Parts: sequence; structure tokens; C-alpha cells
Amino acid sequence: MSQGDKDVLTEPGDERISAVPLPRPGRWVAAAVILVLLALFLYGAATNSAYQWTTYWQYLFDQRIAQAALVTIELTVIAMTIALVVGVASAVMRLSDNPVLSGVAWLYIWIFRGTPVYVQLVFWGLLTSIYQEVDLGIPFMVQFTSLSTESWLTPFAAAVIGLGLNQGAYTAEIIRAGVSSVDDGQREASVALGMSWSQTTGRIVFPQAMRVIIPPFGNEFIGMLKTTSLVIAVPFTGDLYTQSQQIAAVLYRPIPLLLVASTWYLAITTVLMVGQHYLEKRFSRGVAGGAARVKDSVTPTDAPAELPLRDGR
Amino acid sequence: MSSQHTVEQTRPDQVRQPMVRAQNVRKSFGSVEVLKGISLEVQPSEVMCLVGPSGSGKSTFLRCINHLEAVNGGRLYVDGTLVGYEERGGRLHELHPRHAAAQRRDIGMVFQRFNLFPHMTALGNIVEAPIRVRKESKRSAVANGRELLERVGLAAHELSYPAQLSGGQQQRVAIARALAMRPKLMLFDEPTSALDPELVGEVLDVMRSLAETGMTMIVVTHEMGFAREVGDHLVFIDDGVVVEAGDPRSVLADPQHERTKSFLSKVL
Repeated sequence: MSQGDKDVLTEPGDERISAVPLPRPGRWVAAAVILVLLALFLYGAATNSAYQWTTYWQYLFDQRIAQAALVTIELTVIAMTIALVVGVASAVMRLSDNPVLSGVAWLYIWIFRGTPVYVQLVFWGLLTSIYQEVDLGIPFMVQFTSLSTESWLTPFAAAVIGLGLNQGAYTAEIIRAGVSSVDDGQREASVALGMSWSQTTGRIVFPQAMRVIIPPFGNEFIGMLKTTSLVIAVPFTGDLYTQSQQIAAVLYRPIPLLLVASTWYLAITTVLMVGQHYLEKRFSRGVAGGAARVKDSVTPTDAPAELPLRDGR
Repeated sequence: MSSQHTVEQTRPDQVRQPMVRAQNVRKSFGSVEVLKGISLEVQPSEVMCLVGPSGSGKSTFLRCINHLEAVNGGRLYVDGTLVGYEERGGRLHELHPRHAAAQRRDIGMVFQRFNLFPHMTALGNIVEAPIRVRKESKRSAVANGRELLERVGLAAHELSYPAQLSGGQQQRVAIARALAMRPKLMLFDEPTSALDPELVGEVLDVMRSLAETGMTMIVVTHEMGFAREVGDHLVFIDDGVVVEAGDPRSVLADPQHERTKSFLSKVL
């Protein structure tokens, strides 16, 4: 590579480099192998009678299934709302200077994160037999009213409370991490402008923390959708998985109904992912890679006149 | 001891009270005493430059003035009002956060690292506090904000986010943000230390023109040229005490103390 070099490298023109791309045969082989395997699997699935595709199509839009999907969405949304409220409260408590508040929040997170959600759901189902009545009044003195727990702690309520409180412990940690990720200078600048704690938190810290909070919280939301399939532990039977299994039990055909339930879970997850994408976009204002272009830091005079943006060839 | 050094008053017509009066101010972090009795006065419309080696306590002192740090000893007054505490029945009471916030409202602060709010545009940064804290109408806050952006030479950038601006531009927005609260005192904590050398000038220009409007300013800085040119007073702080103070031109040209001499020989 000695004599030829000089001729090629002298006086490079303005044209863009059009080099011969490096051949990458490994990529083509890997892609071909995987495509063949996938095709084989799809062919097998379509022709294997064990999947019972006619039953699948028959029950995919069954009214009981659609109804159960709706119940699953309700469980998910209500449980995540509880998780968010409880999570914000315990994150704020954890970050507080008050040792009692932060201690109690730590205890809550320790217990609810440290025991299986299935066990917690069984526990919430049994709560009506542990506490039969709830008394409202001043402890040891006056009693205004007494409510039997069974009257309001329905299986649905026990399921959402159980799911929500379990998730709240995880959400608290996500929020704490998000709040801690915001630079201290932000809080300082806000306080120096005379803004109160709530203004600083609500207008400066939280919007920035959201950027860090939303991706894991979106994951947890999708995770919750699937965790609702455990509510039979309460026992609550209205959810998508339990309903599909009940139909399957009558038909003696578990496989197509598993596929039906999976299809619905997947469809709902897809919708949630789209929502997450837009939320992430909303809260990445001012920091997104696309927006973070540095304008005007290069003054026109010190930019070489020839370099950028010639005719767009 | 050297804590007794005070800045002499240059004006004979001492009718107005000083904008800032520090009497034997002390501050410790844990067992480390950072300020060991700082006493000085800043008159209205004066520009005071605080210089000294890093770790000398000058930034801490600045942060005490708007109560970002609570002083442990001595007294600190801004415009005649005790900072951070309230004297009742012969005792000092900690100030309610609401009242501390009210004190800070009138004191603008500019940080070394700008600390602009990254999720807001330049104009959004400026109008946030006037609208939320001073309860200005959105319209008047925006009008005033645009005027300030023009004053710092960034009228074309009101919709830019901080990440889209150069360091010098960000710091100028930060100055405009502080001015939007119509402060009576401006604190600058090494405002040009995080900037590329070619961007320092544009920030100093804004500060110089601000000084010309009669704003009272306390500037922690390593820019001796600025201190000489714009400063009315120069205070050299080392190891938590005021070592030397006086007219910037004479202190810089003819420092009296060994420590001042050795520091200036390194930075000039």
C-alpha cells in the first residue's frame, strides 16, 4: 500500500465519499436461519390440530371474554391509581427528614415488596374473617358507627387493594429514584427565586423526575395487567385469565382459550405501549436528543464557509 | 483577630442603611467551621467583589445571604431585615419557610452552573417565578420577560430550551430570570467559572451594564479585570475570615497582607 496511495489521496474533491460497503456474510446467514426456523414454527402451528384454531376464532370475540378483558383493564387502572397515590405518598415520606415518617414508609415498602403478591392477595381475601367490623369513632371512647367489612370489601375491592398496595411499594421506589435524579441545583434555583416547597416540587422537581419515572412506571403498568391474572387467589373470578379458563373447563379445550387470553393481553399491552411512548415524548421536552441541538454556539464567522450543507447531492 | 476587619463606608452621607450588613457571621458544616466571623457592609448600588481561594468560604457566605444556608453565629441583615431568623422576646426564632421564601424573593441569585430549568423555554424560565410567586398576570410577566431577554441580548431565543443554548447564553438567561423578580440585591456565585473562555465576556458585559443601572451586587469571582473595572469594593476572604478589603484598584495593585499577595500572584 505504498505507491498507489499518493495518487488516490491527493486533492480530495468536494463530493461525498462513496465507499464499497464491507461484506457481512454472517448477517445474511443468521437472518436466513432465523427466518427459516420462524416459517417452520408458523407452518407447524397452523397445521397442528392441538391448537384448535376454529375454537380460537370462535371464542376470540366471545362476549364473556370481552367483558372479562374490560374487568382486567378496570383492575389494572384502579390498582395502578392506588399504587401511584400510595407510591407518591410513601416516596415523599421516605425523603422526609422526619424519622417516624421515613421509618413507616420504609416498613411499608419492606413488607409489601418482600412478600409474594399471591400471598398478599390471599391475605386480603381473608381480611373479612380477620376483621369482621370496622368501628368509626374516637378510640376507646366514642363509637359513631360500625361497618361490617364484608359489606364493602367485595372480592373486586380486595383484589384492587391487594394489587395496588403491593405495586405501591415498587412505585414508591421508582418515584424516589426519579426525584433523587433531579440535580440539587434545580431545587436551589427554585428556592432562591422564592418558590415554596410545593411550587418547587410540583413545577420544577416532578416534571423533571417524570422523565426518569415514566419508563419504569410504564413497565410496571404492563406488568400489572398481567399480574391481575393472579386475582383468583382472593378469590375474584371476573378477570380475563380466570374467565377464559372457566370457558376452557366447560369445553375441555384449554389450549385455544389460553391463546385467546394471550391475544387480548397482547393487544392491551400494545395500546399501553403506545400511550407510554407519547407520555415519554411529552416529558422529555428540552432534553430529547432531537431538541438538544446547540443553536448559534458556532458563530457564522468561525464556521468554515465551505463545509456544511452544499447542494444536497 | 482578623474577623474585625470591616469594609469602611465610602459615603459620608450615611443616611440610608446598608443593603447587606454582616456582623461576625459564622457557619459550620458539622465540625468544620467554614465562616469564622465575617463582618462587612454593602451599600445600596454598590458592587462588591468577593475573591479568595476555593474553599475559603466566599460561596458559603453568599449562600447565607439568601438563607440557602442558615448561619450558626453572628447576624446577617439584608435591607435592615434579619436573614433567616426572627428576634422575639430576646430570642432568635427560626423563620417559617413562607417568610424565608418571602425574603428570598427580593434577592436574585445567579449560579455557577446556571441551574436553568431544562424543561422550560428561556422565556418560561423567566416568567415562572413572577407568575407563581409574585402573582403577576401572565401578560405582564411575559412582556417583562421579553424586555429582559432583549436586555441580555437574547430576544431571538425566547422559545429555545436551555440545552439549545450555549453556556454564555444560558447564564444570560439565568441573569434575566433573577432580574424578573425585580430584586433589590443580586448575588453572583462564580457566574463565569463554568464557561468556555470566549463566552466569559458576554456574561461580564451583561453584569457590567446591570451595575451601571445602580443594582446592588455581590459577586464571587475570579475575574480580577471585572473586579478592578466594575467593583466598588473588593473583599479578600481566606479560611473563613476577611483578610483584606478596600478599593479594588488599590488592593489589586498593592495588597497589604501576605495571603492576599500570594493569592493574587497566582491569579493575576
